[in-house]
Formats: sequence, C-alpha cells, structure tokens
Amino acid sequence: MTARLGVGKLGVGSFLLALALVATLSAQSQPDRSKPPALGAAPQLKLPAIQKRTLSNGVPVWVIEAHEVPLAQVTLLLKSGSSDDPTGKFGLASLTAAMLDEGAGSRSALEIADEIDFLGADLGTSSSFDASAVRLGVPVARLGPALSVMADVALRPTFPAAELDRVRLERLTDLLQARDDPATVAPMAYARLLFGPTHRYGTGAVGTTATIKGFTTSDLKSFHAATYQPGNATLIVVGDLTADSVMPQLEKQFGSWRAGATTATHTTVPTAAQPKERQIVIVDMPGAAQSQVRIGWVGVPRSTVDFFPLQVLNTILGGSFTSRLNQNLRETHGYSYGASSRFDMRLSAGPFFAGAGIQTDKTSEALREFFNELTAIGRPIPADELTKAKNYVAFGFPSNFETIGDFSAQIEQQLVYGLPDSYYADYVKNIQAVTAEAVTKAAATYIQPQRFLVVVVGDRTVIEPGIRALNLGMVRTMSVQEALGE
Amino acid sequence: MRVRILLILLAFLTVPLGAQAPAPLQVPYQQFRLANGLNVILHRDTSIPVVAVNMWYYVGSANEKPGRTGFAHLFEHLMFEGSKHVPEGQFDILLEGAGGDNNGSTSNDRTNYVIDVPSNALELALYLESDRMGYLLDTMTPQRVDGQRDVVKNERRQSYENRPYGMASIEIDKMLWPPTHPYSWPTIGYMEDLTAASHADVVEFFKKYYAPNNASLAIAGDIDFDRTRALVEKWFGEIPRGAAVEPIAPPAAILTGVQTKTLTDKVTLPRLYLTWLTPRFYAPGDAALDVTSSVLAGGKNSRLYKRLVYDTQMAQDVSAFQQSGALGSQFQIVATAREGYSAADLQKVIDEELDRLRKEGPQPREVQRAINQMEASFYQRMERIGSFGGKADQLNAYMFAGGGPDYFAEDLARYTSLSPSDIQSAAVQWLPADRRVELVVNPEGKK
Repeated sequence: MTARLGVGKLGVGSFLLALALVATLSAQSQPDRSKPPALGAAPQLKLPAIQKRTLSNGVPVWVIEAHEVPLAQVTLLLKSGSSDDPTGKFGLASLTAAMLDEGAGSRSALEIADEIDFLGADLGTSSSFDASAVRLGVPVARLGPALSVMADVALRPTFPAAELDRVRLERLTDLLQARDDPATVAPMAYARLLFGPTHRYGTGAVGTTATIKGFTTSDLKSFHAATYQPGNATLIVVGDLTADSVMPQLEKQFGSWRAGATTATHTTVPTAAQPKERQIVIVDMPGAAQSQVRIGWVGVPRSTVDFFPLQVLNTILGGSFTSRLNQNLRETHGYSYGASSRFDMRLSAGPFFAGAGIQTDKTSEALREFFNELTAIGRPIPADELTKAKNYVAFGFPSNFETIGDFSAQIEQQLVYGLPDSYYADYVKNIQAVTAEAVTKAAATYIQPQRFLVVVVGDRTVIEPGIRALNLGMVRTMSVQEALGE
Repeated sequence: MRVRILLILLAFLTVPLGAQAPAPLQVPYQQFRLANGLNVILHRDTSIPVVAVNMWYYVGSANEKPGRTGFAHLFEHLMFEGSKHVPEGQFDILLEGAGGDNNGSTSNDRTNYVIDVPSNALELALYLESDRMGYLLDTMTPQRVDGQRDVVKNERRQSYENRPYGMASIEIDKMLWPPTHPYSWPTIGYMEDLTAASHADVVEFFKKYYAPNNASLAIAGDIDFDRTRALVEKWFGEIPRGAAVEPIAPPAAILTGVQTKTLTDKVTLPRLYLTWLTPRFYAPGDAALDVTSSVLAGGKNSRLYKRLVYDTQMAQDVSAFQQSGALGSQFQIVATAREGYSAADLQKVIDEELDRLRKEGPQPREVQRAINQMEASFYQRMERIGSFGGKADQLNAYMFAGGGPDYFAEDLARYTSLSPSDIQSAAVQWLPADRRVELVVNPEGKK
C-alpha cells in the first residue's frame, strides 16, 4: 500500500458532546458550493474520571473505565529510564527492560511467550529516556492469568545468561544494520554531533556496541533491584472493567511487592551547551537516492513554561501537513515526500530538529529553503495561520484518547512529567490562549538558525559542492562510522 | 458472488458452539444507494464526538495500463490539490482549521480516502469529499500534475530506492506474476512511467473510474442517521453517474517451477525472500494461510522464529504473511541472516520446517494460540473509528470484498473454525518447495 503521507495519524477520543443542530436541506436541491459549510460549535472534551486507588504496599493505581470494547490495558510505570544509566553503561535501562520477559519467576522465556500469546495478549517491556514500563494489553476476560505473567515479568525477572547473550547479539546486529539506512543514521548522527559522546542524549537508548558487549547479568540485576521498586512505580489500568473489580486482582499480583534495600535515585541529565555557530556535517553514504537532513539545536525540557506557545509554533513551522516546511519543500518545490520539525521534550532539554528526505540532486536547494523558513518563522505570524494552527492542535487533542493504549500513554506522560490532573480539561483553553506575540517570542528564543547544526546524510560526491557553495558555515565531512562513533 | 455467499453460510455452520468470544462482534449499520449509484454505509457510535468519512474508489494499480504504472497512486495525490470550488491548498487548510486530519492510500485493488473530523465538521468533510468527486477536473492543470509527480518520485526514492532492501518487493512481484498480470508492477510505479504521466491521462482516468457508481462512502462516529443521510444526498446527489467499469480480466497466474534471483544492495546482511502464489482474499485457504503464517513466524514459539532466531541464532529476524488481494494473493517468508550465515543457510532450515509442517501438521495448541491472537486482534480493530483500518475503513473493506459491511463475525469465524489439519492442508497445497520465487538480497561486493 502506498500512502499520501508517510504516517497515517489521527483518531478520536472518549468524550461526549452536545451535537450542534444544523438544519438539513432538501436532498434534491443543488447545494451552494460557493463557500464551505459553516462549522457548528466545537465538541467539548469530557474524559472519564481517573479513579485513584492505592495498593496495600503504597503503589498508586490509576483506573480509567472505558467500556466500548472488551479489552484492558494494564501498565506498570517506573520513573527510571535511560537517563539513569550509570556512566559507561549507556543502554542498561533499555536492556534491563528488554530482558524482563526473557525468564521470570518459574517461567522460561518460551513459556512466558507461549502463555501470553495463547491468551491473545500483548506484553511489552521497554524504556525511554525518562521511564520504563511493562504494558499488558489483553481481552478483559483473560486479565487474571495474564496479570500473573505480567507480575512475574515485572517483579521477578531471572535474567538468564543464555538469554542475555541472545538479546545482546540481537542488539549488536541492530546497530550493525542501522548503518545501512540513511533515515536511521541521520537522527543517530544528529544526536551524537549535537550532544556529544559523553552526554546521555548523544547516544541512543540502546547504547553502543562497546557498552552492549560489556553488560553482565549482575548489571541487569542491580539496575532492576535499584529502580523496579514499589516507591518508584504506578499502575495504570484502562479498559472495560471497574476499579472495584480490578483492585483485588492487582493487590494479589502486586500488593506484596516490597521495597528493596535502597530507594530509587534519579539522575538529572545536564542541559547540553548550545552550538555557538552554525556548522554543517556531511555524512557520506555513496549512491544514496536521497539526502536525509536534520537541522537544529538543543530544544527544551517538557517542563518548559513555553510548552503551549511551542506546540502552536511547531505546528506552524513543521508539525502539520499545511506547515510551512512541508508546504515549501513538498508542495511548492517537490524536493521531498514530506518535511517536518519537532521539539523532542524530555525531563531535560532534548533535541529540536527540522528534517526531511531530499532528492539528492536538490539537496543544496532544499537546505536554502529550510533556512528561509527557519528565518521567516521569526517574523510575526499572520492571524489566519495562527488560528488554523491553534484550532488544529486544540480540536485534534481528543485524538490522543481514542484507544485504551492511547489513553494509557497520555496518563504515562502525566505521571512522568508531573502534569496536573487539570491538564486535560485545560488543554484546549491553554492552546486557544496562545497569542501571536507569545509565538513570535518563542520563535526568537528557540529557533536561532544562525547557530544550528546541520547534518546531511547522503552521497557526498554529488552534494558537497552545492552545500559548500551555500556558505552556511563550516562544512565537515565524515563516514557513517565516524558520525556514529563506531 | 454465488461462491462467496456459500462460504459465508459454511462459516456460520462451522462456528464451534460455545466459542469463547467475549462479546458479540457487531458493527450495526445503515446502508443505502443514491440514484447515481454511490453506495453509502452509516455506522453510529454515539460515545465519540468525532466522525470518520471514508471513501473507497474501486480502482487501484491493477487498473493501470502499460506504460502508466504508478498512475492510480499519482492520481490519488492529485485528489488533494483542489477542485472547482476548493482552491489549491484549501482542502488541507479547511480541515486542519476544523481540527481534522486526512490521508489517502492506493493499493493494487482500490484507492481510499480518509477524513476524520470533530463531529461539528461533518458537513465540511462531505463538501470537500463531494467536490473532488464531482468537480476535480475543472481546475486541474498540467502544473499540478508536475508538482505531485515530483512528490511521488520522492516518495519512491524515500520508501524504495533509499531504503535498505527497498527494491526487493518490486522484483518479487515481477517474478511472481505473468508480465501482463496487473499485480506484476508496483503500486508506486516505475520512474519512467511516472515521468510519462500527463494531464490527459488524469482526465481519462477520472472520467473512467472516479464516478459515484464506482465508489463507496462509509461514515462512522457520532452521527444522526437521518441528518447524515440528508447531507450525503445534498452533497453527492447531484454528481452524475459514470459508465460502468469493466471488471479486470487478468491472465492466469501459475508458477510451474522455482524462480531464483539475487540482487545486491547497500546492506550489511543478506536477506532471503520466499514467495508463493496463494488464494485470493476470502477464498478457501486464505484464512488458513494467515494462521499458517502465525504458526511459522508469530512469536517466540513459532517454528521458524524458534529455529532461526531463538535456537540457532542464525537469523536476525524472520517474518511470514499472507498478503491477500482481489485478484490473487502471495504468501511470503522473509529472513535476515546474521554475520557468518548466508541466505542459503536460512533457506535450508526454512525448508526443513516447511517439510515438517507439510508432513506432520501443527499441534493443536499452536493453532489455537494463533486463533486466540487473531480473535484478540478483531477486538482491537473495534477501537478506532477513523483513519486507515478504523471501523469506517473496515466497513468499506468488507463491502469491497463482497460480504457486506458488517462481516466481522463471519470473518472471525473463518479463523475460529480452523483445525490443525486445515493448516497442514494449506501448507501442502499452497506452499510447495518446487513452485515458488526465491529472491536473495546480498550485500554489495559479495556474491
């Protein structure tokens, strides 16, 4: 299947609305097409309540009832992630999470997989920079037996040495294969060049070939003991059940979980220094049909006071189909299948980047257009463009709550980033309150193209002369191995 | 059609009594047809104040003519570029301004368009969708064709040429189907054909395929049936019916032996693709092959995953799937060799396992495990109303396949009724070692 957009998106929310009444016209009359039909009043967001309970050992349980489909999602969230990787052990949080279901309690890796698959369930174990999670999706009728496996996996992993070696090989091979793909190399090289090899955000969550080779089962056990603790955890339940019905089951599986010898500590990733001047790095991939481009610098943490202006700003710049970058690079010039931008917000300031895949022979032309737009965004935003962006973000917000998995992911964000319960109810209002001045101020602060790092992963012999001729700044060239540091 | 109705009855009869379905799998709907032939399906989901407007045109890359491969998809892109009453760019601007999203996709068999909007923007969505059905050509220009031609060429570069192993599927389709079979060319098209596409082609294609009688509109979400029906009649009723579209008459597709080929790519590891021609969607064998793919490569305990990735660790990954189409299907096994192993090493193990499956059949638990996963996936598919794969899209998909819009329970019954011997039979009949396509992608610089 070939789609208009690389990624289909959107959905809907579990909220209610009073339908605006619109007079229906006669079916047979010629409709008036001279202008688009007027919109009625926008639907109001009304989410089901978050019911907050607590297990006997103090683990908070947040339950959201969603009765449309007989499914349930149970997530055990730990507020420790790759940011808490010890120095020299980048990748430990990620590997620990990945190894949870490779043997737990009295169950082997194969037994865990067989039980979960037989129940028609999904059991995922993963981590991000800011958190780790065990996520169970299951037909609600089979929740009990699936929860028993989940509790083993989360609380009693055995980290068998043979399974570690297998998963290690899998991860090493993943890193090897990553070098084949320009669209994978580009974000990895961009992060490493922007944050540097010693900053945690400069290396992917999985770590490096060297760190992956070095991990032992005792590393995994130590990290698990230190971070998978009741005081560091929250259970999130969304689905076709009630709080009263699910609490005894959770108590049975997680209630006797006890704190370890030490409490979990959290590492604050330092804010990386911004580039002082613009620089361009060409990462050579001979014969590439497109150049994968990433342009930007260090962005903002999720706690930024400018969160709402930045949502609107980025929507205008590169966060929607009608955004300036996509319109320019795709619709006006046809250099790309799509261009976008993004502030990757974490507990500390993650990367901001604008990016696209550009046909090789238009790379320098496209870079010029990128910088035209990154400069133009600093000028006052026309009122209709601002309104469109605000409406798109505000009225599209419910799409984040369509499935129980979507809803659960939102609650995870709330917990990890300490958002208030009023966050959801106030979201639309907060977006609508963003002023043109706030957007322009945010642009001036967070979009400074004269200091941006430019990473271009492409066919050097074809693209280098044109890029140099742009005189954007110092140009360096390197191999994929150099760019990724291995 | 007669064959298909018979199948539905059979499926009903073979549902085991007391099957453990946790709740009835139903999507109630209203259906009607406008005088111009447009089929309309309405599904009401009052818990959600969002509406999905989903249009299927019964045209895909299989309808393309020689020298114009990729045209159905290029045409799809042009559907977003404006129509008589909707200036260029306004389609997206109006929808985003209402908080909506949209997209389109093209397959061999059909082209679908999705618009998801807050329920207050239902009429806006119908206005936009109907204007491009009724008035696309009024403002179509060669310049618009040129613009999207460049975009689509970049889509091809990004998704095929510049992606590791990206050219494999194009090569496999070429080997699998006879050259005159419309599944033998890629939906994305050949570069030279994209270059050749003209404004005149757009006019011809639109007139031939984009008529209301060759389309189906599904609307799902927080709607009022009567009001929605009136709005559909208001905006689509005036669009004239087109000439009936002749069904595609593809040549017979039969493999009589093994076809092999080796490509090289800028990749680190070799990858093996084994592909068979298999029964078209919903035909006998189709569901059994879905379950077969799960028995072979779904999860850690599946036969190929366990042998290749878990036990011997010769492979980085292995997958298997039945890709079903209206004119025929293909079953594919894909595996990537780790350092130190070749595609031939993997093929030897895969053949051993296929042979074992053909001879002994699967264990009951393997089949039940696959069916249970399939059943759970049917409920997951009930969660979304919009976008690709949401309820509106699924109603149209079942409609297109001929079973009627609410075919969910019948479709699930195709799976729950399967026994281990059905899987064994499917493997014997459809996955023979001596009639298939074997493609290897090797790293450049190696043999």
